[in-house]
Amino acid sequence: MNYIFYFLIVISIIAGAINGRLEDVVSAILSGAQTSVKIAFSLIGIMAFWLGMMNIAQKSGLIEVIAKLIKPVTKRLFNEIPEDSPAIGDIAMSFSANAFGLTNAATPIGIRAMEELQKHNINKTSASNAMCLFLAMNTAGFQIIPATVIGILVGVGYPNPTQIIAPTLFVTTLAFTFAIIVAKIFQKFWPQQECEVK
Amino acid sequence: MFQQVMDIISLWALPAILILILTYGLVKKVPLYEVFTEGAKDGFKVAINIIPYLVAIIVGISMLRASGVFEWIGTALAPVLTFFNIPTDIIPLMLTRSLSGSATIGVFSDIAGNPESAFYTTTLAAVMVGSSETTLYVLAVYFGAVGISKIRYALLAGLLADLAGIILAILICRVMFLN
Repeated sequence: MNYIFYFLIVISIIAGAINGRLEDVVSAILSGAQTSVKIAFSLIGIMAFWLGMMNIAQKSGLIEVIAKLIKPVTKRLFNEIPEDSPAIGDIAMSFSANAFGLTNAATPIGIRAMEELQKHNINKTSASNAMCLFLAMNTAGFQIIPATVIGILVGVGYPNPTQIIAPTLFVTTLAFTFAIIVAKIFQKFWPQQECEVK
Repeated sequence: MFQQVMDIISLWALPAILILILTYGLVKKVPLYEVFTEGAKDGFKVAINIIPYLVAIIVGISMLRASGVFEWIGTALAPVLTFFNIPTDIIPLMLTRSLSGSATIGVFSDIAGNPESAFYTTTLAAVMVGSSETTLYVLAVYFGAVGISKIRYALLAGLLADLAGIILAILICRVMFLN
């Protein structure tokens, strides 16, 4: 993350200077910072709502029931996480929310899943294999109905917008599978350090 | 028929989940209101916790977009895409897709709304956007929420999956929509 952060900023400044756009680059700092806070604040309400709902689901044992249903799959994928951990149920709920396009619900639930995964993590500042796998699967953006895209297509009068559902589902499913395979291979090459070297 | 079923699922997915959670909780005699508010208390904390991580990533990406680097990459990529018979209008979308959600929707609306865009270009763009998630945003928010700074291979895996998605989208659209 250190290098990514460094290069994002330094390359932007150098490229901006060469292109004569240094002024735009500098004003992007302000607008970017404002956008970040706007995003975070707009999350507060919906985050509180879904964390509340998920707390009910957990206390009632619903998450455990869901976790048991998908155990055959998750046992293989998240083999480092104990089978009865609430993390498994949270992960399942998060993907269901994503699949149905409930992005607002998926983010708080996904964060809850990360908090549960963190409890099993041996090094609290470094990502565990399970976290990397969960996020790799997440970034593949598995979704049954791409509602936003269809909405825009309807708006511009594209003929029969629902015809993109099938190819999109095909692509996202394969990318999702690919993400799992890549994450599983990479975990062998980037072993997690047990504790910070200082 | 298919579309109607899909519309009903979209509309009912969220209400159905809420009814399920609340009814199951009631049957299991969970004090719904107390437990809800107890969980909801964390909402503020979590949202505030991710601010530093969001600022780092979103400021970086905003600067990069303003700097004109994407235009350089676009110019460099154009001959390659033309060689493979891929519309070059799609380049900005390929670049922003993993970095910024709002920019991606903006670029996509541009392509879809432009009457000069070919049917095939719009379709390819739609499949690319629909099948992706903003990788860098997801990583910043999720890792930020639990305070993890060493992300190991998570970014590389996410970006490779994005690249696979782009290639697959081009292939499937070529088979289905370009004759």
